Amino acid sequence: MSTDKQVVLVTGTRKGIGRHLAEHYAKKGYIVEGCSRGDAGFEVENYHHTNLDVADEKGVKQWVSGITKRHGRIDAVLNNAAIASMNHVLLTPAASANRMLEVNVTGTMLVCRDAAKVMMKRRYGRIINFTTIVAPIALAGEAIYAASKSAVVTFTRILAFELGQWGITCNSFGATPIMTDMIKGVPQAKIDAVVQGLAVKRLGTYEDCSNVCDFFMAKSSDNITGQVLYLGGIT
Amino acid sequence: MSIIYDALKEVMDQAGVASPPALTEDTVIVGKDAVLDSLGVVSLIVEVEQALDAKHNVAVTLASDKAMSAKNSPFRTVGVLADHVLQTIAETGAAA
Repeated sequence: MSTDKQVVLVTGTRKGIGRHLAEHYAKKGYIVEGCSRGDAGFEVENYHHTNLDVADEKGVKQWVSGITKRHGRIDAVLNNAAIASMNHVLLTPAASANRMLEVNVTGTMLVCRDAAKVMMKRRYGRIINFTTIVAPIALAGEAIYAASKSAVVTFTRILAFELGQWGITCNSFGATPIMTDMIKGVPQAKIDAVVQGLAVKRLGTYEDCSNVCDFFMAKSSDNITGQVLYLGGIT
Repeated sequence: MSIIYDALKEVMDQAGVASPPALTEDTVIVGKDAVLDSLGVVSLIVEVEQALDAKHNVAVTLASDKAMSAKNSPFRTVGVLADHVLQTIAETGAAA
């Protein structure tokens, strides 16, 4: 079976940026296949949810296989799912570090790998992997999370070269702080300090994220690949 | 076996590689006298995986840790690849 509508995969859709992106593309007429470890908690036309841990190799394989059978195509992947544990490195347990690397790096890789196998067939695809500005600004207290997202950037740059011949573009995107659950434990003074260090001194918005994704996903963006785009003047 | 032959023909067509007079179980995929380059092998493995899933509802990853660390590549000839496919399906219980 193959649909005329574009199919986009979004990971980590239960809340925050992922949920916004799922709703944004569903409203734009895409078929959105989302996943998160828990139930979605929302319903939108064109949206289908699967409970999935992106670090589960077999689960990701089955998820992508099912989507391919239902729709016959995958046009874009937005790897938004991630976990963060904001701790001083001297207080970070190995299990916490390993879990962040497993979800943020291996999980991103698994979804890219299995989706790209489907994209290859049609010689078209858009992959957007989410990173963070806390890596380039070297924010104290987020060493492992930032390291995992730096790995995502490097992975994506190389992925662009490995998949470019099949018409698949691969880019990374790092938003400025957005008031999601992920940063609810960060002291306000620290968030204020980060915002004061930006060129545009405001918190990020969900619309900032969909704006960048719209740009990377445009058909006319076929020569934009291997890039990392940070908001707020961060490079 | 037909899935592998079809996939090999498709990958060779896409790469603009002339097919040998006849594809057999002994057709070399990896190593000296291989009919594909390294990227062709990647395409072939993906093509076989996708065909197994689409035609037989079998979702497997042929490039497993075991396969990639094996002393003798499980992708070296058409026949060896076919054995590897059957073994992978049996080990993972992936058949529908």
